[in-house]
Amino acid sequence: MARLMIEADNLCKNFKDKKRGLVKAVDQVSFRCQPGQIYGLLGANGAGKTTTLRMLATILQPTSGSASVAGYDVVRQPQQVRHSVGFLSTATALYGRLSAREMVEYFGRLHGLDEPTLAKRIEEIFTRLEMTEFSDRRCEKLSTGMKQKVSIARTLVHDPPVMIFDEPTIGLDVMTARTIVAFIRECRTRGKTVIFSSHVMSEVEKLCDHIGIIHNGKILTEGTLPQLREKYAMQDLEDIFVHVVGDGR
Amino acid sequence: MSLRNVSVVYKKEMVDSLRDRRTLISMVVVPILLMPALTIGMSSLSIRLMNRARQEVPRVMILGGEDSPKTTAALRQSPGVEFVPATANYKDEIIEKRVRAAVEIPPGFDAALESGEMKKVAIYYYEGEIRSQFASQSMQTFFRNLRERTVSQRLAARNLPESILKPFDIAAQNVAPPEKVGGNILGGLIPYMVILLCMTGAMYPAMDLTAGEKERGTMETILCSPISRTHLVLGKFLMVLTAALATAMLSIASMTVSFKFAKSSTGAGMSEARRAALANLTLDPKGVLAVFAMVLPIAVMFAAALLAISLFAKSFKEAQSYLSPLMIVVILPAVAALLPGIELNTRLALIPILNTSLVSKELVTGTYHWNYIALIFGSSCVYAAVALFAAVKLFQREDVLFRA
Repeated sequence: MARLMIEADNLCKNFKDKKRGLVKAVDQVSFRCQPGQIYGLLGANGAGKTTTLRMLATILQPTSGSASVAGYDVVRQPQQVRHSVGFLSTATALYGRLSAREMVEYFGRLHGLDEPTLAKRIEEIFTRLEMTEFSDRRCEKLSTGMKQKVSIARTLVHDPPVMIFDEPTIGLDVMTARTIVAFIRECRTRGKTVIFSSHVMSEVEKLCDHIGIIHNGKILTEGTLPQLREKYAMQDLEDIFVHVVGDGR
Repeated sequence: MSLRNVSVVYKKEMVDSLRDRRTLISMVVVPILLMPALTIGMSSLSIRLMNRARQEVPRVMILGGEDSPKTTAALRQSPGVEFVPATANYKDEIIEKRVRAAVEIPPGFDAALESGEMKKVAIYYYEGEIRSQFASQSMQTFFRNLRERTVSQRLAARNLPESILKPFDIAAQNVAPPEKVGGNILGGLIPYMVILLCMTGAMYPAMDLTAGEKERGTMETILCSPISRTHLVLGKFLMVLTAALATAMLSIASMTVSFKFAKSSTGAGMSEARRAALANLTLDPKGVLAVFAMVLPIAVMFAAALLAISLFAKSFKEAQSYLSPLMIVVILPAVAALLPGIELNTRLALIPILNTSLVSKELVTGTYHWNYIALIFGSSCVYAAVALFAAVKLFQREDVLFRA
């Protein structure tokens, strides 16, 4: 069996809130992602998806539990984890005053790429994503679709084996959302491991090889789509979600 | 420590900031244009206003003096004064600025001058009102001259030499070279300006690079890159420090050029007094360089402290509300050093900002107290290191980076 690319064991994250006291944003979450597969984390707003993915991307540290990405521990080896991950969410904006090329170059340099390799990678990515035309335009002047392409290029510049997408299509128009969905699919084709969070059933249904339903910080159920259909004797993912979340209330 | 990573962040922040109009204004435009305009422009404006006030022909009332025609006639001959008929409400007239001053000649003044009896001339004016003060001065000059003439006549009548009242003369002569005189005049001002400009220069980029990043959503983008948070904060810190020092240097450079220009211009309308004042505004370049060296740790402290404080804020606006009151905290010790009588001592040498301001005042006049310089530079370095350490530590805290 191939090495697991993402492994989370009893991940917990607590926050202190002035009004609510101690909040358990993520509570004993465990799951595994196989290489070359798309794992979908399905949950409503505030379910704990973003916090889980931020812990995997080492932006946040777990309160307890452990996780590894591409074989690196998220607490002990955060820099190696970040070298192995491309993280994209609607919260990961672009530097408006940098051009598309400068933005991607900056992240390439932060990933330690030398100048010739970086130039080659940028040329390759910009051609593939059809970005050459606006590569020298400032990010603040780009359309939403173009901005998304720059973000994608930013996550790909160091050619990471793992991609983390946190609700990447939220707030985007249909055409831009389709570009993202196509890109996620392409990542799988290229052998990358993808973890993807969403509350849009149709996206998860279309894309994911493995689905975990998360609610109130806990993973309530997980499996492939056929496994979930069989387990709950329902065809529609939305029905399954409502059924599972309803039980979990 | 990877210098490469720090330099990658620094270069990016420099490019990013130099493309931002607001940073450019605070870092380049304000020091180059506004500072000389404020300092030189304001002083030449005040000189012009003073000259205009001096040129005005003041309206003055003579109260009484009917029985002293000699004095009254001589007084009326005073050049540049318009005498208006006396009225009972002369005080109101002065307060309402319709009349600038009033002179009350006591009864029997002329006779008293002859007999040697002591009399008192009263001059009424509006304290703090420059035109009224000029009128009062011109009246005082008239009566002082009259008194001196009377004394001379009385001495001559008694065959006594004038030296009986004035046994010796006093002549005060400046022996300090122009740069020392200039240093004394500008001594307090230069460090005050350098310190204040370091602060204002650092303020905008510090907010933009922290709270601004949070607001624009780029903080999460940079945090998911492999750069360590220490390298990230050091790169940002260096950019803020550059902005602070650039602002201070550009303002001093532009002020120096403006002073040189003002000194070389011998255009019409420049009074002797103004020319003499400008001639004294010579600064020792070594002193100014020494001030910059002393201010360096203060600039480091500002850059780090401002970065740390604005990182707490969720938005640019919130950061502004944290940093604006800080201006007063900085201005107070910087201004305190300008107060007369405050001299360096071991206790004051440990108070940040005030110590640098005080020692810089001495440096521009060419006075080097090496023990104080070492103590102040050392203590400022400690404060700067503490501020930088705090900034680095804060960048590691999730509750600060993701404050909701």
